Amino acid sequence: MQLQIKYFGLIAEITNCEKETIEFSKTLVSELLEELFVKYPSLKQKDFKVAQNHEIVSNSSEITNPEIALLPPFSGG
Amino acid sequence: MSRYNRHIILSDVGPEGQNKISNAKVLVIGAGGLGCPILQYLTAAGIGTLGVIDFDIVEESNLQRQVLFGTSSLGTNKALAAKERLEDLNPTIQINTYQEALTPQNALELLKNYDIIVDGTDNFETRYLINDAAIITNKPVVYGAIYKFEGQVSVFNYNNGPSYRCLFPITPKKGSVANCSEVGVLGVLPGIIGTMQANEVLKIILGFDGVLSEKLFCYNSKTSETYTLKVKKLDSEIEKVLSEKEHFKTQLFNFNCVSKNVSLKDLHEFKNIQFIDVRELHEEPKIKLDNCIQIPLNQLNNNLDKISTTKTIIFFCQAGIRSRTAVEILEKQNIANCFSLEEGAAAIIEQLKIKA
Repeated sequence: MQLQIKYFGLIAEITNCEKETIEFSKTLVSELLEELFVKYPSLKQKDFKVAQNHEIVSNSSEITNPEIALLPPFSGG
Repeated sequence: MSRYNRHIILSDVGPEGQNKISNAKVLVIGAGGLGCPILQYLTAAGIGTLGVIDFDIVEESNLQRQVLFGTSSLGTNKALAAKERLEDLNPTIQINTYQEALTPQNALELLKNYDIIVDGTDNFETRYLINDAAIITNKPVVYGAIYKFEGQVSVFNYNNGPSYRCLFPITPKKGSVANCSEVGVLGVLPGIIGTMQANEVLKIILGFDGVLSEKLFCYNSKTSETYTLKVKKLDSEIEKVLSEKEHFKTQLFNFNCVSKNVSLKDLHEFKNIQFIDVRELHEEPKIKLDNCIQIPLNQLNNNLDKISTTKTIIFFCQAGIRSRTAVEILEKQNIANCFSLEEGAAAIIEQLKIKA
């Protein structure tokens, strides 16, 4: 499946793009993260939530929708 | 009253709505980049009682975005400086200032006196503190946060809705997310996000249907893109906070807190020290001491077994920054007898030479 991944805040700085399309042949969120950690090793140290179709999903969730987002918390004010 | 005429002629507000605004009590925590536009619009709107809490003073580098302040406010406490400007904007409302930091000790009492809490702070510790205090006192929180060109807005704890912990249950690793003073921010962004927060406050007061609860609104000022995340309530997170209610005031709170930093000159106060060098293996100068081991910071969690449980741990690095992170890592493991050396490795060598 082709996934559209959106990156926010400092996650987008690590990936050096705000969105990208990737080809994903596995099933779980954790498997997607493993692939992303290989591509962007420093993602591993960051806090973020994974959303699928605008809803937060856990690492054990299945990817059923191509719209994915990685959202970190912001603290600035 | 002609001051509020443009509100009153709106059919969704009217004199009744304006009355609600005049009777509302709103506490704005932080009078910085977000706090300034929040306070400005809420004051202009005629919020009956407005509380402002901030311990900080106005600095020149604030003026690029903290629009309530001018050069004449430099060096003044932000809550006070804000009040001065706001009283001119609208002398008919009550403005309470608190020139202090929000802490576990004062948070519950303070929140109790207000109907709506607005989070305009700039650090995670206070955001979680606000969240937890608001759950305990059952107050809605209008949340806003920024990072460089991006902002987030939501309303938490509203009508039994989700809280900040339902979105991000665990306090992020300290230092993993920087604040504006460290990374910079385009001045208009807090203006946009803070104004959206003021808008949510008014929507809550007026009882509008579209309050931004159960949603996290994200805005990117560079790309003009928006993204709305659905936020689900996690009862377990809220129950956790409520179950710790009795210990709220005594919780460990890291903001402006007890120093875990020590200086070389104070080391004689400690007996039985284990030094831990958290620099990378290649970094110079090398420190050779019998009671010193080296564990690079990123390997600390995997080497906890090497850390003495009976000695006082003193972390050091090159400039006293990584060593502070090391202290936090150990605190998370409930190892409390550890400190961060303010000086770096070079100063230790210097000290050793003098002693030798």
